[in-house]
Amino acid sequence: MPNKENNTKLGSDRAPASSVASSVEVAKNEKDLGAMVAITIDGKDIKIPFGTTILDAAKKLNIKIPTLCHHEDLKVAGVCRVCVVEVEGQRTLQAACAYPITGPMNIKTYSPKVRKARRHNLDLMLKHHVGECYSCFRNNNCELQTLSKEYGVDFYRFGHDSEPHHDVDKSSYSVVRDMNKCIQCRRCVRTCIDLQEVGALEAINRGPDLDIDTFNSLPLGEVVCINCGQCINRCPTGALRANDPSDEIWAAIEDPKKHVVIQTAPSPRAAIGECFGLPAGTSVTRELNTAMRRCGFDKVFDTNFTADLTIMEEATELLVRLKKALVDKVDVAFPQFTSCSPGWVKFLEHFYPEYTDCLSSCKSPQQMFGAVLKTWYAEKAGIDPKDIVTVALMPCSAKKFECNRPEMNDSGYKDVDYGLTSRELAQMIQETGLDLPNLPPSDFDDPIGEATGAGLIFGATGGVMEAALRSAVEIVTGIKTEDVFANLDIIPVRGFEGVKYMEIVVPAAGPVPEILSKALGGLKDFGFLKGATLKVAVAHGTANAKKVMEDIKAGGKFSQCHFIEFMACPGGCLGGGGQPIPTSPEIRAARTKAIYAEEKTLYSRKSHENPTVNLIYKEFLKDGPCGHKSHKLLHTHYIKRGNKIV
Amino acid sequence: MTKSANKLVIFSDIDVEKALKNAVKKPRPDIISELRESALKGRGGAGFPTSVKWNLAASAQGERKFVICNADEGEPGTFKDRVLLTDYAEQLIAGMILSGYVVGAKEGIIYLRAEYTYLKHDLEATIEKMRGKKLLGKNAAGKEGFEFDVHIHMGSGAYICGEETALIESLEGHRGEPRNRPPFPVTVGYLGCPTSVNNVETFITALHVVEKGAKWFKTFGTEKSTGTKLFSVSGDCEKPGVYELPMGITIQKLLETVDGTGAKAVQVGGASGICVPAKDFEKALAFEGVATGGSIIVFGQHRDMLEVAINFMEFFCEESCGQCTPCRLGTETLLEGLDLLSEGKCSLKYLRELTSLGETMQVSSKCGLGQSAPNAFLSIIENFKSEIFDTRCSCR
Repeated sequence: MPNKENNTKLGSDRAPASSVASSVEVAKNEKDLGAMVAITIDGKDIKIPFGTTILDAAKKLNIKIPTLCHHEDLKVAGVCRVCVVEVEGQRTLQAACAYPITGPMNIKTYSPKVRKARRHNLDLMLKHHVGECYSCFRNNNCELQTLSKEYGVDFYRFGHDSEPHHDVDKSSYSVVRDMNKCIQCRRCVRTCIDLQEVGALEAINRGPDLDIDTFNSLPLGEVVCINCGQCINRCPTGALRANDPSDEIWAAIEDPKKHVVIQTAPSPRAAIGECFGLPAGTSVTRELNTAMRRCGFDKVFDTNFTADLTIMEEATELLVRLKKALVDKVDVAFPQFTSCSPGWVKFLEHFYPEYTDCLSSCKSPQQMFGAVLKTWYAEKAGIDPKDIVTVALMPCSAKKFECNRPEMNDSGYKDVDYGLTSRELAQMIQETGLDLPNLPPSDFDDPIGEATGAGLIFGATGGVMEAALRSAVEIVTGIKTEDVFANLDIIPVRGFEGVKYMEIVVPAAGPVPEILSKALGGLKDFGFLKGATLKVAVAHGTANAKKVMEDIKAGGKFSQCHFIEFMACPGGCLGGGGQPIPTSPEIRAARTKAIYAEEKTLYSRKSHENPTVNLIYKEFLKDGPCGHKSHKLLHTHYIKRGNKIV
Repeated sequence: MTKSANKLVIFSDIDVEKALKNAVKKPRPDIISELRESALKGRGGAGFPTSVKWNLAASAQGERKFVICNADEGEPGTFKDRVLLTDYAEQLIAGMILSGYVVGAKEGIIYLRAEYTYLKHDLEATIEKMRGKKLLGKNAAGKEGFEFDVHIHMGSGAYICGEETALIESLEGHRGEPRNRPPFPVTVGYLGCPTSVNNVETFITALHVVEKGAKWFKTFGTEKSTGTKLFSVSGDCEKPGVYELPMGITIQKLLETVDGTGAKAVQVGGASGICVPAKDFEKALAFEGVATGGSIIVFGQHRDMLEVAINFMEFFCEESCGQCTPCRLGTETLLEGLDLLSEGKCSLKYLRELTSLGETMQVSSKCGLGQSAPNAFLSIIENFKSEIFDTRCSCR
């Protein structure tokens, strides 16, 4: 059991809230006395619930008010002053995003006073925004650029710096900070402090000297950062970006000696279309396969295969822990935490280092795949692993850090050479002139392109848990999971609620399948679990993870869980820091819908039915899940970092 | 330093203990009525009616409420609160107790300017003394069931923390940055609780008003600006110091009082106030005239008004919290413009652009600091344009 004295100084209130977004509660019941307020915006009348912001009221009238520091996922700041509007009878303009309506008012959203103020504030922001649009990865997808165009910025009214005033910080494997482009809207600060509760970024200094910076102004790679990249997804300009390896990947592709293999995670396929003008939630799995081949990748594999493999390993690990606790009466760490999300793993290593024993020792699917590629695949394909370059297409910036963790070389080589984000691959595809949405579809390559729906739903919050349960229930009870959960849909773990909780009473005990018998020490059946209540939980976004961890520390409900899925990013991997920009609750919901829809089309939706998974245990990982060889290749260990970097 | 010999309202004699005990015997609505009748407005400069603020805080829903004394006197040229904190601390705390009684707060906090750390010890002694007299604590001021206590919280030297919501953020341990308003502190303030924030002078004035009556109070001042005001007078005059004078006094009259006649201009309201040229000295110091939190800086004929403007703008560049765009970058841009002016390199066209930017700052900044930061710039440019151009511009 975790040792409570081990707590680091990074306690529960390590990340102070950003400037408090005090607000007026929005009236919920329209029929309550005084719940509705009659207002006029640009001459149009509307009744809105008490407490609605001017911005939201305008949206209801299809009136567009420009915003910049505002983001749907974040607390209100009201600092850029781009959304200012005129309220009749008030001397000053009001920030539409921050102003709650509590009485009748007449609002003008584009009066001369308003337009002048917006233009001035843009002119001011452009003063120190250094960097040409041509050479910026956010060109054509930059909120500052768009606003400048919309407000007719045709010269730099108050001047414009020509020389950079900051060095670009490339110290992190995951996130690059170019503060020359920062306009100090503090979306990244609010993301890091409030949404993720990490607190790597904060405003320092005052007035014109204000900067967004790290602790002691250290390089990002040297501070407590979990690499989740949520700040990148919410930056309105190009001040934050992922550490892009595409030049190296192109070079490997061009090198005739190199065999370049790409594995693709489930989430990019449901989102990358957004970079090509498709609406969010358009899945382009098979078109993407063609595009990657045309880019020059020698093989295109599906990470979902190792997602299935992860389920086998992780579910076995859970069963082993349960057996140890219940049968062998040995002290084992519970709950078991998932370890697929490298952002979450680093979060735990920093903030809850005393709980590393709870983390599943399974590598993430990305790292399992790398290890399998440079061993089993190399052997089967007859290629020297030193000539294999493994690229991982991921929705994630933390995956870049993960593949560079020094211990991730169990194949004898660096298991995964490059983590590539959805955005970066979209860029590579654009460079090749391919029209992704209209490419002819094609399949993944054999032998390890085969995956089940269970692997696919890893992309959504609750997906790992659902996949694990689909297999665990069937293995433990001997009853088909679809007879326990209608249509194989385990609804309580789905959806965007911050923390989800579920209990399952084990109705029957099946025999221990052959493949697991070694790991379970020759146990014949799962009788020891019959009638037991399995308690599981799911948390996404590290702020929610923190809630669960604090509850566990306090000995609350979640400390009684057996298995908990944690994902660093809100919405799970579909909302990852490497996904197309912008992001919003609607966009993430659309991507999720696409994944669950695609899952239904697959030949199987249970990981243990994946024939290639069974093949690898037969041919290669011969002592089964959690066996000796899989421990060497597919499992890892963690670092109790606390507030240390290493 | 001169302290005004007049004993009008604030400096008038009062038996603090008696006044307080009398006050808490009255029903709360009567006190609010008395304050409303007196038309007392906040003495920090913004001039919000005290009765309205206390009434809002009193009627706000909340288990816990706070009364905060804003003793972060940071406006350049203001030093009247220092006098009150030094010599009238008992009155101040009594005013806070009175306010706590009216709004239903149990806790009072004095947010004391970092530069006044040397006053902390004496203030604490006064608080302790009042605890001894059972004016603070349980059944405070002899009022059954009324509990109130006061503690001191030190500021850290940021001007912006004189803005009430930034002050509250600072109290909560955050960067001192203003919040969005509404909601106002009277409903959502310190720790999310209803909070009434008042200036030092307001608390003391309120105590006198409640003891001596609105009618008496209104014998001072004008119809719209009742009572008296403390003025911190500095600069080019013979008798700088703190003066209590009736509201509505003309600048000329004030200058006569402090032997500062013949001045070229007077900065009313400190860095965030406006610069009044000699031709306008007949204007009244009142909410309906030139409003002020009390800072009066006199500029003699020899002063270079451009230097004055630069000095104030440097102050704002230093003290802007940097949160909102117009203030963070507007102050810097105006300062750069003033530098161009002093080098004789600012075109009239660009000066018009800067003036227009100043107007944008006034209407679009998030808080009072940014909204008032361009005031000195705009009024000096307006009133002393020819002086500035005649002495600096090479292209006359």
